[in-house]
Amino acid sequence: MTFRKNTLSGTGTALSDRLYIKKRKRRKRRTFEKRAIATAIAAFFAILFLMPIVLTVTNSFMSASEISSNYGQVFATTDTGGKTYISKKVNLKFIPDIVSFSQYITVLLKSPDYLFKFWNSVILVVPIVGFQLLVAALASYGFTRYRGRIKEMIFFIYIILMLMPYQVTLVPNYLVSDWLNILDSRWAIWLPGFFSPFAVYLLTKFMRRIPVSVIEAAQIDGAGEWQIFRRICMPLCKGCMCSIAILIFIDYWNMVEQPLILLSDEAMHPLSVFLSKINSGEIGLAFAVATIYMVPTLLVFLYGEDYLVEGITYQGGIKG
Amino acid sequence: MKELRIPKKKKNKLVKKNEKAKKISVLFLSPSILGVLVFFVIPFLVVIYYSVVDNPINHSFVFFDNFRNVFFNGAFRQAAFNTMKFSVIAVPLAVILALGLAMLLDSKIPFRSQFRTFFLTPMMVPIASIVLIWQVLFHYNGMVNDVIGLFGAGKIDWLKSDYAQIVIIVLFLWKNLGYNMILFMAALSSIPKDILEVAVLESAKPWQIFLYIKLRYLSSTLLFVTIMSLINSFKVFREIYLLTGSYPYNTLYMMQHFMNNTFASLDYQKLSAAAIMMSVVMVILIGILFLTESYFGKDVEG
Repeated sequence: MTFRKNTLSGTGTALSDRLYIKKRKRRKRRTFEKRAIATAIAAFFAILFLMPIVLTVTNSFMSASEISSNYGQVFATTDTGGKTYISKKVNLKFIPDIVSFSQYITVLLKSPDYLFKFWNSVILVVPIVGFQLLVAALASYGFTRYRGRIKEMIFFIYIILMLMPYQVTLVPNYLVSDWLNILDSRWAIWLPGFFSPFAVYLLTKFMRRIPVSVIEAAQIDGAGEWQIFRRICMPLCKGCMCSIAILIFIDYWNMVEQPLILLSDEAMHPLSVFLSKINSGEIGLAFAVATIYMVPTLLVFLYGEDYLVEGITYQGGIKG
Repeated sequence: MKELRIPKKKKNKLVKKNEKAKKISVLFLSPSILGVLVFFVIPFLVVIYYSVVDNPINHSFVFFDNFRNVFFNGAFRQAAFNTMKFSVIAVPLAVILALGLAMLLDSKIPFRSQFRTFFLTPMMVPIASIVLIWQVLFHYNGMVNDVIGLFGAGKIDWLKSDYAQIVIIVLFLWKNLGYNMILFMAALSSIPKDILEVAVLESAKPWQIFLYIKLRYLSSTLLFVTIMSLINSFKVFREIYLLTGSYPYNTLYMMQHFMNNTFASLDYQKLSAAAIMMSVVMVILIGILFLTESYFGKDVEG
């Protein structure tokens, strides 16, 4: 390259060099076109991905009458189940005619039902995130130090348990809750959540990457196991813990199966289940409630996107 | 040399200390192991036991009768068939499209990090919040039908016809592509650059680079993404339940619906047998995936 540049800046340009320049220009143009197409495709997908979210948010600013005139029939027909279609169009609108906060005012001030359900979600999810992390931090330290055959086998069981779908794990969960008499109480969801192998798996994989020499150095300096755990492993795992916390949070914030089976009392159901049961009379509120329900996860995402990406990346490569 | 030899007494002390530390490390593990035993392993063993006895009071051994009953149950067959069909269509789509998106972002396009954020957002949004707009979009008089109408297609009653699975597949892809894409992006960026450069210098075609280099290095990620998508495809009940309630259109009747309805009647035998059949299928599937991975991916470490 340097050689060619030198000859170019010289007095005469050889034929081969001129050809070279032409080729480079053409290639440049072609890569530009390619890049434009790639960007266009990406933009198309981005719009597709964002549209439902944006629509939900904008529609939450419509007044109740506007929503029922636009979408009333959608939710009316889902109730009757019959084919009673009116030829009237469903008016999907990106921007409300009049921006109104009446939905939010109703949800937040006038009908406490939704706030209760929101609070149910919070109270179900937050302890799970905290305790699962705590249990996992201890356990993954145990899995990292003094690895032996038995520990590896146990860890393998954890992986299999983690991979099992709900359809399998819910039956054992139900049985235990029945034995312990915690069915229909929040403990039925909390306790299996606390001991879920998911966080253990991820954190162990991360902790095993800490160089042994660091830990050994501490040991030589006279640190006990607890001190090594508390003073060395935990600070090093802070970022990873954040990632896992986010992953757990999204998963449980979104839960539907567990409350449906383990909590028969609908008063304790989280908002995620309750949202689907909103009747057509209150459909105007639904968008506002949906938006409110999205807010915590979106905030977490806003502040922790990099942690989230990191967390997902740790998950990859299951054999570690 | 003589000084370096550790006196026997001292060595014993060291070993002792090590033993003690080992015990402590087990202490760290104990809460988790205890919890997992109580909440997952022991009840699972009981589930296995329940699946081979006739009822929880009699405890008489019936061997495979429960399995046979469940297997020839019409609802179970429908559910298993629908779940399988869904997974067979949705999982490859999720893997391939995500790989495509990752490659797209891996090529030098502007606003890469913004696009990454956009693709990842659906993962964060709870399904419950989005179902409403989904119902509006896929309604008989909704926007999707309007768009199709532009191309001359007739109106489709999406959620109450055989097309219902398409709606759910779209929702599934919408939700899961971002996650898979991140995994692929991480894997793509970990491919050694010098190998790619050599390939370019040797004037390899782009498809050759993709097939012979990138796919080789991606194989373990491919496996992981496939497994995760498979697991997530079993979770799709969530979406279906929120969209259509407990009794959806026939083609949407999934395993979880079957389980839920069996829970309602508290038929432990049926439940246990179904859960165990499902777990066996899961283990077999994961085993097959692992075996193929170790067969194809053994020459690249990473």
